[in-house]
Amino acid sequence: MPPPVFPPVFLRAFVSTIVPEATALDDGRWVDVEAVIEGVLQQRPASIRRQLRMFLRLIQWLPLLRYGRRFTSLNPQQCAHFLSCFENHRLLLIRSGFWGVRTLALLGYYGRPEAAELIGYAADRRGWEAVR
Amino acid sequence: MKRLSYDIVIVGSGAGGGTMAQELSPLCRSKGWKIAVLEKGPKLRDDEFTGREIEMSAALYEENGGFLTAERTMTLAFGRAYGGSTVVYTGTSLPPPQRVIERWNVPGLETEDLHRRVAKFSAENNVHFLPEEEINENNRLFVAGCRRLGYRVEQFPVNVKGCRGSSLCNLGCPNQAKQGTNRVQLPRAESNGVEVVTRCEVESIGERTLRARVTAAQPGEKGEPSAWEPGEYQIDARIIVVCAGAVNSPALLLRSGLGGRLPRLGHGFTVHPALILVAEHERPIENFVGHPKSFYLDQFAEDERFVLETCMYFPFTTAKSLAGFGESHSSFMKAFPRLQMVLLLACDKATAGNRVTTDAEGRPVVHYRFTPEVVRALVRGGITSARIFFAAGAKRVHLPFVRPSAVEASEADRLDEIERRANFLPGGMAVSAAHLQGGCGMGRAPSDSVTDAWGRVHGTDWLYVADASLFPDSVEINPYLTIMALADRVAERIREVTATA
Repeated sequence: MPPPVFPPVFLRAFVSTIVPEATALDDGRWVDVEAVIEGVLQQRPASIRRQLRMFLRLIQWLPLLRYGRRFTSLNPQQCAHFLSCFENHRLLLIRSGFWGVRTLALLGYYGRPEAAELIGYAADRRGWEAVR
Repeated sequence: MKRLSYDIVIVGSGAGGGTMAQELSPLCRSKGWKIAVLEKGPKLRDDEFTGREIEMSAALYEENGGFLTAERTMTLAFGRAYGGSTVVYTGTSLPPPQRVIERWNVPGLETEDLHRRVAKFSAENNVHFLPEEEINENNRLFVAGCRRLGYRVEQFPVNVKGCRGSSLCNLGCPNQAKQGTNRVQLPRAESNGVEVVTRCEVESIGERTLRARVTAAQPGEKGEPSAWEPGEYQIDARIIVVCAGAVNSPALLLRSGLGGRLPRLGHGFTVHPALILVAEHERPIENFVGHPKSFYLDQFAEDERFVLETCMYFPFTTAKSLAGFGESHSSFMKAFPRLQMVLLLACDKATAGNRVTTDAEGRPVVHYRFTPEVVRALVRGGITSARIFFAAGAKRVHLPFVRPSAVEASEADRLDEIERRANFLPGGMAVSAAHLQGGCGMGRAPSDSVTDAWGRVHGTDWLYVADASLFPDSVEINPYLTIMALADRVAERIREVTATA
């Protein structure tokens, strides 16, 4: 089994910046978040996983230049401010890389049935019969 | 390596392959021919359709529905299962527009002939309009907004039978109501003697032969085991019909070495690039119950190059489609029961450079850049959607190409100004596509196409294509009935040429 693409400490800091509600997750639920993300990544080519690891390292270490600390040591406001620079970056490579890891964070959080319930999503295979 | 022999092998089981299997299946009885359909994906049991977003995406879609283009600016969603993409579409059933067929200008391809075939499959697939009481509020609000603005909104005919309104069409209907090839054409073909072999990926095609690999189901993976033992196969066939879809069909022919004498192979690839647009209402609306895609607006397809359709997606897909992150993003997600959604599709045109190639290992690579026309269509369509949302009473609208992305109802009269400051940044927003077309286009000769008007690959008398990759350019509507009509033509030609065999 290859090591996880998202190191656990980084995973929590990053996902919590993308989805602030994630700060309320307990340890067991973080295991679920990681399992959803890694489950999808396992099916992707090794080259994609390598590129993702490199991009996540960039996010972890680049804040040293600006804040003198790694991403996982920043406060939530600093994390959000730092990531917002990636989102609309003039370089396509940076923008699309950020879009990719942001998508994985959203997958980990909203891909859990419990998160769907929390936001009030309640699709049911019985359809109309379930609501009428 | 095991060696097998068939009269006809069909690669893929979606709208093209499923139709082909049914239409050729009488040959099993009349001539005693052996016909096999080789499908890369699994066949799921009815009770395995759970409607859970992540597990169904993994089970039914190539790369979980997130196949990335080489530029990493768009994801492509296409099925990989018994029934192909017909398992995961919404069943919207429209004939190809006359203007499109005339523009394709393929000798011998007539709108009237295609519409006759579309009518046949519409009847076979129970295509009809849903009654008023089965239209949910997400759809009714779209109709109300369009009508208030004087737009010509129209209802989609859909191919369902016994629809319970689960809203889960794109995750495979959990009630088996949608009449895809997995429910209609493939079972009929099998009852006539066609073999459907799942979990079987075709690696290459040679002169009247294929190499394929059958894989075993992984522990915990959904779906029945393949009819064939796991392993490598060489399959000889008099006729091979490639129906693997607009990404995999050209990729299969390219890795089989046909690119040298077919310079158009992989070219002419279009996708209808799409944005999922979201608006929030003051009160909960019926959105995750009922058929999700009942109405559309195509009056802007000719001049502005976009089409709007109702839609309703699942939590992760919705989250991915919203721009930004943090509180502003979460505020829309927490409003889920109050969300109205529209799918905006750009009617792109075949463009040099947008094409399918293969990597060093033969895997498909899709190259796609947004032309200025497509960007303009997506921005225009987004602004038009915002007008419709506000006309329907929405309190705010999410537009991924403006910052901030939330546009309040109080700004509804400033949409022209908002359009002028649109900043469409490829790679910075979720553009996706599910209407994948072209790559093995029909035409006159190898210089302008890959096949003739009957799907026969130029320079061969044994190799055919019968899927959306045949489209010489975008069809500008939901494509599945056009695919079935074209596959029906190809099957007719194969029956003719084999009549004396």
